[in-house]
Amino acid sequence: MNETPKPNSFRSGPDEDGRFGIFGGRFVAETLMPLILDLQAEWEKAKTDPEFQAELQYLNTHYTGRPSPLYFAERLTAELGGAKIYFKRDELNHTGSHKINNCLGQILLAKRMGKTRIIAETGAGQHGVASATVAARFGLPCVVYMGATDVERQAPNVFRMKLLGAEVRPVTSGHGTLKDAMNEALRDWVTNVDDTYYLIGTAAGPHPYPELVREFQSVIGKETKEQMMAAEGRLPDMLVAAVGGGSNAIGLFHPFLDDDSVQIVGVEAGGKGLDGEEHCASLTAGSPGVLHGNRTYLLQDGDGQIKEGHSISAGLDYPGIGPEHSWLKDVGRVEYVPIMDDEALAAFQMLTRTEGIIPALEPSHALAEVIKRAPKMGKDQIIVMNLCGRGDKDIFTVGKILGMGL
Amino acid sequence: MTARMDNKFATLKAEGRPALVTYFMGGDPDYETSLQIMKALPEAGADVIELGAPFSDPMADGPAIQLAGQRSLKNGHSLKKTLDMARDFRQSDDTTPIVIMGYYNPIYIYGVERFLDDALEAGIDGLIIVDLPAEMDDELCIPARKRDINFIRLTTPTTDEKRLPKVLTNTSGFVYYVSMTGITGSALPDPSKIAGAVERIKKSTDLPICVGFGVKTAEHARLIGASADGVVVGTAIVNQVATSLDKQDRATADTVQSVATFVRGLATGVRSARLVAAE
Repeated sequence: MNETPKPNSFRSGPDEDGRFGIFGGRFVAETLMPLILDLQAEWEKAKTDPEFQAELQYLNTHYTGRPSPLYFAERLTAELGGAKIYFKRDELNHTGSHKINNCLGQILLAKRMGKTRIIAETGAGQHGVASATVAARFGLPCVVYMGATDVERQAPNVFRMKLLGAEVRPVTSGHGTLKDAMNEALRDWVTNVDDTYYLIGTAAGPHPYPELVREFQSVIGKETKEQMMAAEGRLPDMLVAAVGGGSNAIGLFHPFLDDDSVQIVGVEAGGKGLDGEEHCASLTAGSPGVLHGNRTYLLQDGDGQIKEGHSISAGLDYPGIGPEHSWLKDVGRVEYVPIMDDEALAAFQMLTRTEGIIPALEPSHALAEVIKRAPKMGKDQIIVMNLCGRGDKDIFTVGKILGMGL
Repeated sequence: MTARMDNKFATLKAEGRPALVTYFMGGDPDYETSLQIMKALPEAGADVIELGAPFSDPMADGPAIQLAGQRSLKNGHSLKKTLDMARDFRQSDDTTPIVIMGYYNPIYIYGVERFLDDALEAGIDGLIIVDLPAEMDDELCIPARKRDINFIRLTTPTTDEKRLPKVLTNTSGFVYYVSMTGITGSALPDPSKIAGAVERIKKSTDLPICVGFGVKTAEHARLIGASADGVVVGTAIVNQVATSLDKQDRATADTVQSVATFVRGLATGVRSARLVAAE
């Protein structure tokens, strides 16, 4: 691999071709190229348009319920006996996760572009629900592609999407998982180029998606910075967030990337362990490759064929990662570590009992890392963890593993 | 090398007929059968061969080609074996141009420089890499052109006048006009619209224009061939393979023969294209 030089700022990417170092880019079929160039042009205008920003802010405040609280987890802190632990509570957002931040931003873009149909991919269904929600709010038809396996596993979210008026199309091609759902959404987009807006759920895909999703999610980090200054009068010592595609993590991390004193940790799904095939740790155990429009770390074999990921959390079950995370790993600004299924499950139960918060299984991975690190840190140190989703959707999965039928 | 491709289109121009460009998936359902199919293509009247390289996530392909790729990969096919197949084919045919069609990641993992060296040595004449648009020319297109391997680009109905020159820069061999927005294997659009699109592209390039996506029958081939320099058939050939397999997706005695018979029909269509058009 090429040695990636240290930049003057970690916040200046991507370049005009959508690259973060060697990562990112626009690896799409020619049919889609004019569409993503249109999207880029509209995005360039929107991001400096005060009217667009005002509308987004209004919706964030009155529809989603932002700012989400920065909560000091007193009992958990005492239990672990080390650093002070704060949660950025994006699980309190409307629809129950950070996904809504991105969906509102993108649907406003779709509206500006005069698009009349929304498509999205979803794994666990959180992004599907958030997409169906904003589509209902703006009166646009919405088709959500979801792997057939996930449709079965995530029945409550499938029902939510249907209630919201979306059409859920089960994807049976390939292995019927999130990456196949993304392939299918791309096929729909390539077929319906005139009226359709593809609402990608994470900070991945061809440029400008990784950038615009990051910008819409950065509200998390910006609020955290202000709230932390108000609560403690200083920046935190450490940020921790779960990474699947990586949108909640980049949203928390990005505003802090140039603050040298802040240590940043991304937590991947280690599944049943990195020795076998059943994990989703593309940064820790994968290698750079090209998939879904961008170059990034991927789980793949020696022939460049993409592998299936595994995680207890369907939201982390993707064999790739947003390209900016790949770059942040290579330049060494962010440390990425795996957490196993059983560690996440233990953390899930611990938070439920010490703080009365049922977290989603995705941030339970981040929490498991916090549980490892906090006791080794001083009591005057501060960790902020992104509690990016609530666990209502996961109680069935957890119940099954714990042997409690629901 | 570009010479095989240029010679082929020069010959066809002299004959006054369009090329029949046939796609099949390398390694589907197994190496040996697939090699027999490849050898049968020129005998049945194919002028240019598109050798499909399987990929686990073929975003621009329909279900037929995705399933063919899965069958191929399941039997242990790889990019290396795709090159082996071309090399084996070249033992008995040194004139039919071979274009590898696939996605970038397997090539990126193989190593671009090493791949191009091996491809040239195996007798590959061109590449169609679906997920490398003009914006990504530094990745593979320019290195390929330096080795005299054609980089054939897809142009689509969304490629407007303003964008066309960018798409045509660095393109060589021929231009592959995708006759509709969508994935491989969808329905064929109105032939008169295709003729208009071919005329439009011809204003910007001297390269032959081959048209594909949606061509399923000899009649389609004839209609498209009336205006285009070549007709590309892919999904329909892959379907011939698929329907000939047994329940365990293994080749049967009919597999190679059914493809050959089908391609022979297409060849007749292509060969009658200009005769009818001239009437």
